[in-house]
Amino acid sequence: MATIAEKILGKEVGEIVECEVDYVMVNDITGVPAFEVLEELFEVLEELAEGREAGGREAGGRETGGGETGGGETGGGETGVGIKREKVVVVQDHYVPSKDVASAEQAKALRDYARKYGIANYYEVGKEGSGICHQVMIEEGFAAPGRLIIGADSHTCSYGALGAFSTGVGSTEAAAAMATGRLWFKVPATQKFVVDGELARFVGGKDIILHILGEIGVSGSLYKSQEFYGTTIKNLCLSDRITISNMAVEAGAKAGIVPPDEKVFEFLQGRVRGDYKPVYADAVGDESDYEAVFEYDAAEIVPTVAKPFSPANTVPASELDVPVDQAYLGSCTNGRIEDFRVAAAILRGRKVSQEVRMIVVPASKRVFEQALDEGLIKIFLAAGAFVCGPTCGACLGGYLGVLASGEKCVSTTNRNFVGRMGHKDSEVYLANPAVVAASAVRGRITDPAEIAKMTKTKV
Amino acid sequence: MKTRVWKFGDDVDTDQIIPAEYLTTGDAKELATHAFAKSRPEFARKVKEGDVVVAGENFGCGSSREHAPRALLGAGVSCVVAKSFARIFFRNAINIGLPLVEADLCESVDEGDEVEMNFEAGVVRNLTKGEECKFKPLPEFMQRLLEWGGLVPYIKSGGGEKDKERK
Ligand code: SF4
Repeated sequence: MATIAEKILGKEVGEIVECEVDYVMVNDITGVPAFEVLEELFEVLEELAEGREAGGREAGGRETGGGETGGGETGGGETGVGIKREKVVVVQDHYVPSKDVASAEQAKALRDYARKYGIANYYEVGKEGSGICHQVMIEEGFAAPGRLIIGADSHTCSYGALGAFSTGVGSTEAAAAMATGRLWFKVPATQKFVVDGELARFVGGKDIILHILGEIGVSGSLYKSQEFYGTTIKNLCLSDRITISNMAVEAGAKAGIVPPDEKVFEFLQGRVRGDYKPVYADAVGDESDYEAVFEYDAAEIVPTVAKPFSPANTVPASELDVPVDQAYLGSCTNGRIEDFRVAAAILRGRKVSQEVRMIVVPASKRVFEQALDEGLIKIFLAAGAFVCGPTCGACLGGYLGVLASGEKCVSTTNRNFVGRMGHKDSEVYLANPAVVAASAVRGRITDPAEIAKMTKTKV
Repeated sequence: MKTRVWKFGDDVDTDQIIPAEYLTTGDAKELATHAFAKSRPEFARKVKEGDVVVAGENFGCGSSREHAPRALLGAGVSCVVAKSFARIFFRNAINIGLPLVEADLCESVDEGDEVEMNFEAGVVRNLTKGEECKFKPLPEFMQRLLEWGGLVPYIKSGGGEKDKERK
């Protein structure tokens, strides 16, 4: 009897296990320090490898979850020491196109490392498959059911929506995994979240996870794995599930996993690299494997906003009447085509308030292209929004939408910490794409149902 | 070693420890000049070698940036004592050699108090107040990593092979 996390890691709760990982992802912020550590490691690993050949090393709890990385060649010297390049994915996304000289140097250093080590899975500004790292990992077929993926970015937990065990690590650990293909994990206890029933209009994955965060708090899942069940989750589109898994880390969770179903398999068709094997919890009806079970009625979940300065500081959107200076639609949380469709439905034939700057940033080049094809970009432009290519940019207070002191932003992103999107006295309100679009129109935080009522135009 | 306390509350996130706009370097010393730039601007100027950061629950939540523990290490912080730590921060800190202690000191310690840490015995002595607080020492494996100064020096040491020699 075991949960998905336990089965993927191959051991029981609390045990420490060294596992083969399927992929290691780094971006332009975490990548350079990782490659620096990697080079430091190489020197010593050469020596160690010689010793290991004689002694061998104890095997971990799992084989790789399929993929093409199983026998990934290392490109090292005679000792086999070298980067496990097939497993490494490098994405330029946080500060690209470069915002200043320092970030340009950083992007260049990462580009040089990728070249030096012959990283084929390298994603450069504007090129095919490029975008925000997590969207890239999903769209490009790296994320798949049953896989174990680490990334030097906390929202690596996003791929749980496809049934992977994926989690964020630091640069040093990413380097260790790049060099050895392995990493140690402590098998986390699992919490089960069950959401049943039908969601109201304008309520989506973002509201489910904000609602949960509001109840359990930002350390409610500290060191734990989350698993999501129930009819509501089953009926959600993959994009909305990704939003939920993406924000698992905001509760302190190590992973946020949705058991993979037809929607996932269909999405992966013609996209996934290598094979994969879905992993499910044993005896789903039996709850003794779970440390805790939380149940929610979908009908009670409304468009929800997290006020500053915590993602768990939630209130119904309808209870807020806060004027905003900026509305941000984008990020790995809610920058997908499904999110754009929701926002465009509200903005069609309407204008963004004179008092508000609306910024629209697709999560990937593919999302951008599709939004163009579907005419959504035209709708955003006509409404008076600024639209640009994929980047993390403003989500982390980088550039292209940084807030001044006292400014307030309603945003589809995942964090609203002090100074997250700019000045320390600025404020971020987290919400779903419909709330952001409706708030952009009214100039104040608004429940989308209000906008629908206000005019006869069909939303 | 006697050190001074910098006190923080619950849920200190890594954006506070090192804001994103300074993430264009991985250098600990340079990062240290921007530690807590937004929430405690005086920190970087006034922090002294060996000072201790004391906080409440969930210290280091948010972004996985290793730059956060690096900034603290670069600032000379000798240890972070918190009621609990966010998972990625915890691993990052140990991996780069920043000692952590899980203990609830917030009630008993004030900003500027002088404390003395004894990691092996698992005791924090508050010299200003003349009080003592016990804590559970870290698992042995992590203590070893810390003794070596983090994962890289540890692996360099031969992955603990030479532990005995060292002692
Ligand atoms: S979009 Fe925001 S949350 Fe997502 S990876 Fe980029 S900075 Fe992080």
